[in-house]
Amino acid sequence: MAKAIGKALESGAPRAAWDNQSAPAAFLRATLALADVEVRKLRRDPTELLTRAIQPALWLLIFGQVFAHLKSIPTGSLDYLSFMVPGILAQSVLFIAIFYGISVIWERDLGILQKLLVSPAPRSALVLGKALSAGVRGLAQGIIIYALALLLRIHLDFSIGHVAGVIGFIILGSAVFSTFSLAVACIVKTRERFMGIGQVLTMPLFFASNAIYPIAGMPGWMRVVANVNPLSYQVDALRSLMVRGGQPVFGVGFDAIVLLLILTGLVLLTARLYPNVVQ
Amino acid sequence: MSNETSVEAASALAVETLGLTRHFGAVTAVDQLDLTIAPRSIFGLLGPNGAGKTTTIKILTTMLAPSSGTARVAGLDVLKNPVQTRKVIGYVSQMLSADGALTGYENLLLFARIYGIPRRERKARIADALEFMGLSESGNVLVRNYSGGMIRRLEIAQSMLHRPLVLFLDEPTVGLDPVARHAVWQHLRELRERFGTTILMTTHDMEEADRLCENIAIMHHGRVAAIGSPESLKKQVGPEADLNDVFVHFAGGSLDDGQGYRESVRIRRTARRLG
Repeated sequence: MAKAIGKALESGAPRAAWDNQSAPAAFLRATLALADVEVRKLRRDPTELLTRAIQPALWLLIFGQVFAHLKSIPTGSLDYLSFMVPGILAQSVLFIAIFYGISVIWERDLGILQKLLVSPAPRSALVLGKALSAGVRGLAQGIIIYALALLLRIHLDFSIGHVAGVIGFIILGSAVFSTFSLAVACIVKTRERFMGIGQVLTMPLFFASNAIYPIAGMPGWMRVVANVNPLSYQVDALRSLMVRGGQPVFGVGFDAIVLLLILTGLVLLTARLYPNVVQ
Repeated sequence: MSNETSVEAASALAVETLGLTRHFGAVTAVDQLDLTIAPRSIFGLLGPNGAGKTTTIKILTTMLAPSSGTARVAGLDVLKNPVQTRKVIGYVSQMLSADGALTGYENLLLFARIYGIPRRERKARIADALEFMGLSESGNVLVRNYSGGMIRRLEIAQSMLHRPLVLFLDEPTVGLDPVARHAVWQHLRELRERFGTTILMTTHDMEEADRLCENIAIMHHGRVAAIGSPESLKKQVGPEADLNDVFVHFAGGSLDDGQGYRESVRIRRTARRLG
């Protein structure tokens, strides 16, 4: 019997390619393969993108117009709509990412997750692959917000460096919140509980941030919350990169470091929690 | 994988468990299980719902840690060497797990990448897998338009891309019509002939166990109640006995409390997707 398997090995059969592959290459390949799946799905069925455009459009057209008219929020050199547009971009990315974790429950119920967990792909690659997939969705959302902003005659900054920066921060923000969402999904394990928690999380994450008003205008305790809220750092960077005349409060480099550190921590944590979903 | 482990993997028993035990709270799903499976065989794990079949497979595929005991797959300790183990096993879940929003080709491509099959080999491997499973014509069709039997064959193709030494299948033909079922059996036999793969499957289907499996184990309350070839087990029970009689004899024949709500929901969902 043993000889039989030995022979099968010799015939080149059960020997796979991972033998001669470095760990980082394997990690990267698995991560990108998962994100690629999301791109393919989105290209095939883009209708979801249109329905996703409605909510940010309403925020900008109704809320934004009223507050721009009231002039009640001190936004420095920027007019209110220009101040708000990067916040609404971050918001719409957040709303997609924070519910993204449900896909792991969904894939568990379909048996896809089990197949991934039985593969030699590192768990952290599975998590980061999901995070990048959320980033793909976030980028699609970004295009919509840019289109809306152009309609509203916001002065957008289209220099290559700034657009590349916006792309980077959309992916980074999506990755942070989707990984957080995946961690929650790994803990609660059922759709119903997950949806309840998702609803509870979006409100404070959005309103206790600098998305639609500056942190300086908040009461002291809320300033503390806003300063530990990752969304504030994403908005801070987007605001200085996306619109002309936008100024960062924390600094773009600092924003990037904060978000990268949070992402690393969340990916490592979620990679540990990931197998729980199938148990 | 180092040379040492491949030699180890090639010369060992396909599966070997010793005192394997898993508790879920007060329930003991797998209880001091000792099981050995010879390489290159097709082995069936039978038993009433809740007998511990799925839990055993989860442990052997590194999805779940045992409470105590040891398990080796292709000579590799699944607890100490989970990553190495994952490289030499394949798994087909009970559920229809191919992604309906992707084509058959894309489903295979994803796993070819996940398993790190080099770019220059990928296309040929995938084309070969599609052909082997009789899906060449449907490679570029979205999987949501596949029949249940086609999806199952695609999933087997997916699990074999990296040429595993041991392939685990959880009820591979549940919900399939007789023609599709026979096609899956034929493909599994051919797969073993061609690649020397050991196949370990769970099943509720006595005909499947009788015709496909060389050896079977009947599990009951987390233990092996009987093990052997279908022929020898039938002889043990009586001259006229068929495998159903064997099953009833060793597994008590009682309608078991076993399967919980979640599992029932899942099975029905799979059945519904198969239409």
